[in-house]
Amino acid sequence: MAWILKMAWRDSRGSRRRLLLFLSSMVLGVAALVAINSFGENMERAVDDQARTLLGADLSFESDSAFPDSALVIADSLGGEQSLRVMFASMAFFPKNQAARLASIRAVDGGFPFYGELETLPAEAGQTYQQRNGAVVDQSLLQQVDATIGDTIRIGQNAYPILGQILQAPRESEFVSTFSPRVYLPLATLDSTLLSLGSRAEYELYFKFDDDRDVEETRAGIAPRLREMEVGTDTVEEVKNNWNEGLTNLYRFLSLLGFIALLLGGLGVASAVHVYVQQRIETVGVLRCLGASARKTFGIYLTQATGMGVIGGLAGCLVGLAVQLVLPSVLDDFLPVDVEFGISWSAMGLGFVIGLGVTLLFALKPLIAVRRVSPLVAIRSSDASRTSREPLAWLIYGFVALGITAFAVLQSGDVGFGLGYAVSILAVFGMLALVAKLIIWLTRKYFPQRWTYVWRQGLANLYRPNNQTLILMLSVGLGTFLILTLFLVQRMLLSQINLSAGEGQPNLVLFDIQPDQRDGVKSILEDNALPIIDDVSIVTMRLAEVKGRTIDEIRADTSSGEFSWAHRREYRSTYRDRLTDSEELTEGEFIGTVDPDADIVPVSVESDIMNDLSIALGDTLVWNVQGVNIATYVSSVRKVDWQQVATNFFVVFPSGVLDGAPQFNVVLSRTPDDATSATVQSAIVADYPNVSAIDVSLILSTFEAVFDKIAFVIRFMALFSILTGFIVLAGAVIVSRFQRVSESVLLKTLGASKRQVFQIMTVEYLFLGLFATMTGAVLSIGGSWALAVFVFDMAYLTPPASVFLAIVFVTALTIAIGLLNSRGIYNRPPLEVLRAEA
Amino acid sequence: MADQPVLRVAGLTKTYRSGSRALTVLNDVSFDVYPGETCAIVGPSGSGKTTLLGLSAGLDRPSSGTVEIAGIDLGPMNEDERAAVRNQHVGFVFQSFQLIPTLTAQENVMVPAELRGDRTAGPRAVELLTQVGLGDRTDHYPTQLSGGEQQRVALARAFINAPRILFADEPTGNLDADTSAAVENLIFDLNRTAGTTLVVVTHDLDLAHKTDRIIRLRGGEVVSDLRTEAAEEPALVS
Repeated sequence: MAWILKMAWRDSRGSRRRLLLFLSSMVLGVAALVAINSFGENMERAVDDQARTLLGADLSFESDSAFPDSALVIADSLGGEQSLRVMFASMAFFPKNQAARLASIRAVDGGFPFYGELETLPAEAGQTYQQRNGAVVDQSLLQQVDATIGDTIRIGQNAYPILGQILQAPRESEFVSTFSPRVYLPLATLDSTLLSLGSRAEYELYFKFDDDRDVEETRAGIAPRLREMEVGTDTVEEVKNNWNEGLTNLYRFLSLLGFIALLLGGLGVASAVHVYVQQRIETVGVLRCLGASARKTFGIYLTQATGMGVIGGLAGCLVGLAVQLVLPSVLDDFLPVDVEFGISWSAMGLGFVIGLGVTLLFALKPLIAVRRVSPLVAIRSSDASRTSREPLAWLIYGFVALGITAFAVLQSGDVGFGLGYAVSILAVFGMLALVAKLIIWLTRKYFPQRWTYVWRQGLANLYRPNNQTLILMLSVGLGTFLILTLFLVQRMLLSQINLSAGEGQPNLVLFDIQPDQRDGVKSILEDNALPIIDDVSIVTMRLAEVKGRTIDEIRADTSSGEFSWAHRREYRSTYRDRLTDSEELTEGEFIGTVDPDADIVPVSVESDIMNDLSIALGDTLVWNVQGVNIATYVSSVRKVDWQQVATNFFVVFPSGVLDGAPQFNVVLSRTPDDATSATVQSAIVADYPNVSAIDVSLILSTFEAVFDKIAFVIRFMALFSILTGFIVLAGAVIVSRFQRVSESVLLKTLGASKRQVFQIMTVEYLFLGLFATMTGAVLSIGGSWALAVFVFDMAYLTPPASVFLAIVFVTALTIAIGLLNSRGIYNRPPLEVLRAEA
Repeated sequence: MADQPVLRVAGLTKTYRSGSRALTVLNDVSFDVYPGETCAIVGPSGSGKTTLLGLSAGLDRPSSGTVEIAGIDLGPMNEDERAAVRNQHVGFVFQSFQLIPTLTAQENVMVPAELRGDRTAGPRAVELLTQVGLGDRTDHYPTQLSGGEQQRVALARAFINAPRILFADEPTGNLDADTSAAVENLIFDLNRTAGTTLVVVTHDLDLAHKTDRIIRLRGGEVVSDLRTEAAEEPALVS
């Protein structure tokens, strides 16, 4: 063993820099894992430490409508300090700028949050807005309407001074504000008409107990009764678990993404070790000749690989610690708590072991060739090329597959997911390799014989023995694939929204219009020469019975697993005598009108919700329409195109039954530009403060902002793969340096100029980059097509300019890295190069 | 001459198969080499010289026939067992020196001794290097030495385990005339001093005539096995 160690050290002389380069391709992958897992642990600790601030209280009641008296009686019996928060969407109007925007209102009465605080700028605003009868507002909203602290905001009929901007609120990550900016104000002075019938609002009652009662036990005692009243409950423990679960999923997903970088690094190691071993064949032959056993010679190179893995793992852990410092700023928007930096030894240990394991597994395949080197190569070097089939290789491939699956299972805690991940990874790598080989095969088959020497030589370099083409195409191709797919999907979704808002389609949605406001709102639109594309009545209702069984019975029957959100939810239904453009009848007959006194009413139900309710054509449904039960049966099933900007419904009643029920209206219109949209919204909010408006351009910008935040995180992780790809590229260029030097020198000796040698290399990297990015692009077009068709169910669009730009950029980068690492080879005289590289 | 040969080759045949074609490069070769004897194997290119050397030294397996080194039959041995025999009984000198480029001269010489666990390898390597005239170059790497110097290091390496037999494959093939002469003298001096048996494969008839015996190969067969003038009596063609 001592001799093996000694020889491993001696043999590495002159190659240590090269060995360091091999392992550097592992460093980023390990770093990504260590950073994400450390961060995950720190985050769990932070969630545990700050658990009470996540809820902001010890216990909460939640309901979609005002709490019934019976619930308030239970609340009174609990005692403690209580605080009510009501959340709903409403237009926020800024008189100074005459601007209006849809906002998420949080009207608070009492001391919520009891734990943690509503962090604002200035700090005291979050504590005093109720006493000062003011509002604190999300910064994004202030920016959108160009308002500042000190201005006035009007919600409904009431105006409030803006006292500060929100930095962080309990129960919410900042990400929430991207969807809908928040406004905190005192409940006591809220315009009560905003909470009128039909308006959707969430009511939350918070408790703080000064005694040390067991809140979980208290909750268990009251929860069943509250559930009957459609009132939910939350405790610190539950909120903590929910956050932990969500955040754990987030960091597990990210670490699986980071693992791709490690796998790429592994491929880089495999490829570099392969070249390294090829260069050591004669040495191995001599050692075998001198009496070294196969075990000893293999041991020398296995020791070197282990050394590489150990150094790579350690370096990765250190870089991971540094990356961990960056992560909070990357993920900040998604986190409900402040995560502090801390060294997680378990994450570092895991990263180190995985880094070492991946290095060894991937190095093993090329290394086992050492065992089979014949001592004959010492006297006849041509014997080095003789290879035999290596049955151990399949065992190693098996270990690699097992390792990837084990990691995915370990990271996700789910065997099915682990297998799925391993299969997906292998499929992506397999497809990349396949496309890469296809491109190479095509080029070879249709090799441009008439090109000039430099171009032919550069292109042919891709097929030479010991080339790194496949590994580079895999790594650079994978990076391109990840980034480009993300980009293409983002573009596609955005253009889909743009299309939806296209010519003739509505782009302004006005809702919560009370029946007596309907004509007034319409006349404002008409005064501004805007069309009324649709005017729909909406009646809120809940299911009382399904197929003769009450909702309570279905809920109580836990064995069937039938009860779902579809049974529980509040339905907003309409009545009309026709289908709309976004609907398609798939079953039964659409019945448009019915006698008001009919015993049972035919309704049309959307196809997906049919599945959720486990019902079929002809089944009966009883609806509780604000206290009145209406019996119905499913007379038709509709398929609805939810992507169209239109009022779409799960359930459509025929005209004649609901006409007299309490209802509100939604009006759709189309504005020619943002200015007209803003003017109309301001005018409507001024007269009818409870009416809300959604501007499709606002949805577009909101979507863009949301996607940007998610994409940023995914890009950050994909960056590890891309950087690893380029390290692998740099490594491959350097390991093949010896071969290149010999060829360059030979070419020069035969009369090639420095310029020609340089050009040949440029052409080689040009094709390498071009093929790699084209491979990635081809797959990303396929991937985004599959996502468009199977996941988002929309027409596929490819922006050719974006794909072209990506190909140009990554190719240029490949050429730059290739030439940078080859510098010195092409511009040094043959003799000097030979001496230096010998 | 002792009764027991150091190298016994009997009925050695080597056939390579390429698809359905069989190519016999060595056909039924037999000879014995005795302790202290020096022997040259000569023949034109493709006559099977290097194949015979490889088989005789246990670097490869014959298609048929046997090889015994120091009375040990290599036939039933696996590659690692043969490696152990080589380490203990055989020394090598190659045409292209075959020094390990990442090891210094001294470390190169030490390798065979270290492989058998010899803890005195260092001083003995220096001693041998001094003997071949490179006592002041022990820390030099192969690239820092001339061809002749590299071959002298290879000779020191070949002798460090005091082998019973030294196989030399065109030992002067890559050297100029003056250096060749010096290396040849060194090989024969060391051979005499250590009492080692020498088997040398060469094209160089001058070198061959310095040995006791010349075995001529043609087309994979022994065409003559004769004592040279240096020898006392004619050898029998086996």
